[in-house]
Amino acid sequence: MTPMTARRLDAFCRNRRGFWSLWIFLFLFGASLCAELLANDRPLLIRYEGQFYWPVVQDYPETAFGGDFQTEADYRDPYLIERIAEKGWAVWPPIRYSYGTVNYDTPGPVPSPPTGDNLLGTDDQGRDVAARLIYGLRLSVLFGLALTAISSAIGILAGAVQGYFGGVTDLLFQRFLEIWGGLPQLFILIIVASILTPSFGTLLGIMVLFSWTGLVGLIRAEFLRGRNFDYVRAARALGVPEWRIMIRHVLPNAMVATLTFLPFILNGSIVSLTSLDFLGLGLPPGSASLGDLLRQGKENLQAPWLGIAGFTVLALILSLLVFIGEAVRDALDPRKTTL
Amino acid sequence: MTAPLLSVSDLHVGFRRLDGDAPAVRGISFDLARGETLALVGESGSGKSVTALSILQLLPYPRAFHERGSIRFDGQELLGAPEARLRRVRGDRIAMIFQEPMTSLNPLHGIGRQIGETLEVHRGLRGEACHARVIELLRLVGLGNAEKRLSALPHELSGGQRQRVMIAMALANEPDILIADEPTTALDVTIQAQILALLKDVQRRFGMALLLITHDLSIVAKMADRVAVMQAGLVVESGPVTSVFSAPQHAYTRKLLAATPKGRPAQAAMDAPEVLSCQGLKVWFPVKGGVFKRTIGQIKAVDGVDLSIREGQTVGVVGESGSGKTTLGLALLRLIKSDGPVAFLGRPLNGLNGAALRPLRREMQIVFQDPYGSLSPRLSVGEIVAEGLEVHGLGGKAAGRRRLVEEALAEVGLEPETADRYPHEFSGGQRQRIAIARALVLKPRFVVLDEPTSALDLSVQAQIVDLLRALQERRRLAYLFISHDLRVVRALADRLVVMKDGRVVEAGAADAIFTNPQSAYTRALMAAAFDLETPRV
Repeated sequence: MTPMTARRLDAFCRNRRGFWSLWIFLFLFGASLCAELLANDRPLLIRYEGQFYWPVVQDYPETAFGGDFQTEADYRDPYLIERIAEKGWAVWPPIRYSYGTVNYDTPGPVPSPPTGDNLLGTDDQGRDVAARLIYGLRLSVLFGLALTAISSAIGILAGAVQGYFGGVTDLLFQRFLEIWGGLPQLFILIIVASILTPSFGTLLGIMVLFSWTGLVGLIRAEFLRGRNFDYVRAARALGVPEWRIMIRHVLPNAMVATLTFLPFILNGSIVSLTSLDFLGLGLPPGSASLGDLLRQGKENLQAPWLGIAGFTVLALILSLLVFIGEAVRDALDPRKTTL
Repeated sequence: MTAPLLSVSDLHVGFRRLDGDAPAVRGISFDLARGETLALVGESGSGKSVTALSILQLLPYPRAFHERGSIRFDGQELLGAPEARLRRVRGDRIAMIFQEPMTSLNPLHGIGRQIGETLEVHRGLRGEACHARVIELLRLVGLGNAEKRLSALPHELSGGQRQRVMIAMALANEPDILIADEPTTALDVTIQAQILALLKDVQRRFGMALLLITHDLSIVAKMADRVAVMQAGLVVESGPVTSVFSAPQHAYTRKLLAATPKGRPAQAAMDAPEVLSCQGLKVWFPVKGGVFKRTIGQIKAVDGVDLSIREGQTVGVVGESGSGKTTLGLALLRLIKSDGPVAFLGRPLNGLNGAALRPLRREMQIVFQDPYGSLSPRLSVGEIVAEGLEVHGLGGKAAGRRRLVEEALAEVGLEPETADRYPHEFSGGQRQRIAIARALVLKPRFVVLDEPTSALDLSVQAQIVDLLRALQERRRLAYLFISHDLRVVRALADRLVVMKDGRVVEAGAADAIFTNPQSAYTRALMAAAFDLETPRV
């Protein structure tokens, strides 16, 4: 680690709000990665007739627990619960619903208000809101991370080539970007959604098509500036190949700007997926997503727990990322770290 | 003797940093009387600019702080004075001009408006009266054609003209004290002489006191009545210029006075093999205009230069900024496009592309002016020096390369452990040594030295010149030494090329040109550089 990195890390940790935001965000994201262990409609561990079963990892037929059918066991079936309770025990996750599990036993018509069973109530199809939040959070953050990583990688590459070589390359590329930026993104998304079945992969692909341009201008400017630095000229005088100069000498400068933007780009990616889901153009029906929850909240104003739960989680995540982004920005600000 | 106009006593300035407070000025005292010129001299980091800024309380407070001390101006205490009182003093009673005339003027406003602003703020002058005064000021500082230039933007003026505008701004309210912080460092020698003459002239006319901050002792000798020598935040010696210069008491003053680059250039044998030559070298940048961006003209940065450099020889290239010196150096190394045959060790370089040129890159190297910009801040010194070895596949494995790197560092006078540290831990002079080591590790035959000493303090300059001369003798290196500083060139170059507007004005043996310059331009350049005299044109 270079001394400069150490100083920046130190400056980041000094920003207490950003520092704690990072840990809270990592904790929430880590927890949502283990969503199957937190919210599931099957037990984590079953002890039945002296044997251990792991329903979370492996599927068992109903007959394994003394049922009548060869089909997969439904652990929410009162009959099966009774059989297991007779000859052993079961360890359940804290929330006994997965994102798609329908609770047929609600106290009233769905969406039903929060109860001891459904801590945050159910949505308009009787699915547990708490479980859907956990799975939805995981999906949103993973989508955001994937989109950020891919579009930043493409953006950095395109910006680097443009800025470093400049001249005609730069001129043509800039015109192309202007045309590309003029394409109506939402319109294309609607058309593509009618041809292809929207899925995590196709949505990601379409969004990358339009979001990679975000970083290009910044990286291009950094490379335009960086290619005239004396140490870049010195490297050229040493005979260092162009690609190596770009990676070793110019890119680290551009990375500072990129890193500053990353949390905000991640924020934007999460919001764009949420808004597509909200409009119904996003992930296929039934998938757990924050946007879908918000849409339900809008359509069921008599059930405020839907909107409030969705809003709180989204606002929390976005705020945490903004705080982290501010801390990163401060840490990389030379005027603050060279004090 | 009457009470001094400005009296600084026991001034302390410190800066708060993450890792504790850093003192910049540690208790200095001086007085400035009406009409007097006091020079603050010292090397970079000695605290002279910080002292000047604290007089007007322009430091970045509260990061900067004054532990103790007092600055009394005309009976008023300025240290910690309320902002309103400071504003009445700033620009009105005490004015300041800065080193860099490009960045001290607002690029978006015409110069007339910028000068008028001071008049409006302090004198309440508006409209016709203000306009007339601005023109009067511009005439005073010798900016020709003042009426037409009122709306000129700073970028339309040359460096010297911008500095004149800055001086006009500072003089606008006929201040009692003018603080000039390295007013000529960013300017060419001939312009420097003009600006110094102007400063002296306006000082006499207005009876101003001048606080001159500089690192250049020849300016002090020319301009100042008294001098205070600063080192590491303390005044080590002060007194009348004549007595301090003729009989320096303190060891540091003696060191500063002795620090001019000395020694004679090594004479290359006349039959030494020719390393590099060019005939009629041209670098023209097209100027494009019109709807279809046709080439409508050419900027002739280098326009037909013949050059020949022999083994062990130093060819000095001198000229003012914009004369094409650096462009010439870059063109010889094929770092920019040029026309006209260039031959290196008898092989023509024209038409060789990147890959074909790479083996030759080993043999010709460059050292840049700014030692802060020429070393990548993110690589360790070892990585920086070893990069060329890696590219050319020299030195075998990592251990072998490391040995070569350490040898190169030792050769430029640095410890082998230096390799594991990062550039920001080193001073300017040490960084320049690292840059030289990077060039030397490849064992080149020819090195372009592009103003290698001009960003360095005087005493360090002398060391670098000695180092370069020693390396040349040991390795029979051929140097192309580009500089605007004739004193350094005289110590190192045995042949000289004087350039102006891309053309060679005069070329020949350095001794002959220094003792008997043929062209008027060369004579003007030398008068400005050695005597700080404005050339008579």
